[in-house]
Amino acid sequence: MDYIGDIILLLGAVFVFLGAFGLLRMPDVYNRIQVGTKAVTLGAIGVIVGVALIHPEWWSKLLVILGFILLTSPVSSSAISKAFYRSGIVPWKKTDTKTTETKVNKDKKESSS
Amino acid sequence: MTTLQIIAMILIGLAALFTLYRLLFGPTNADRIVSADALSLITAVCLIFLALYFDSVLYLDIALVYSILSFVGIIALARVIESKVKQDITNKGED
Repeated sequence: MDYIGDIILLLGAVFVFLGAFGLLRMPDVYNRIQVGTKAVTLGAIGVIVGVALIHPEWWSKLLVILGFILLTSPVSSSAISKAFYRSGIVPWKKTDTKTTETKVNKDKKESSS
Repeated sequence: MTTLQIIAMILIGLAALFTLYRLLFGPTNADRIVSADALSLITAVCLIFLALYFDSVLYLDIALVYSILSFVGIIALARVIESKVKQDITNKGED
């Protein structure tokens, strides 16, 4: 059981590392939000599951932390990206924004016209 | 501490260093906010590793409270950005 926990812990740490590396390498704010939230959240889940396999008597607190991270991390990243888009930060020039007519976009057009 | 756990801790430390680089030398202020969001999650993961290292349950409580406070801070920051449109945070986002 300890070996499986160690391997899942290492896998989560690798995902956190790759997320931070993508935060360093991505060209745009929106790409950085995406990679810095998804990969780091998956890595945190991996680390928590690994610690729960190593120490099974800590499961209740680890479950609370896991549920909190799973609930709040997408909410905060979506709030940040919506605030950036409404305040007028332009996406990267290779990002295809012509074909997607989102609700935020429509609100912006109505408020500007 | 086994060898795999030490390797995992080194990887988490490198991730925190990369995020700190983006926080210090980010081209715009928006990059700094995004990297602060990622860094708070990485700090919670670091606190879980500290609980594993010192073999005490106390650090898990600290990790939970830290993640709650960082979530509230990020939401408040998003509200502030959304309320003031076209400030100095909005320029230099093209390349």
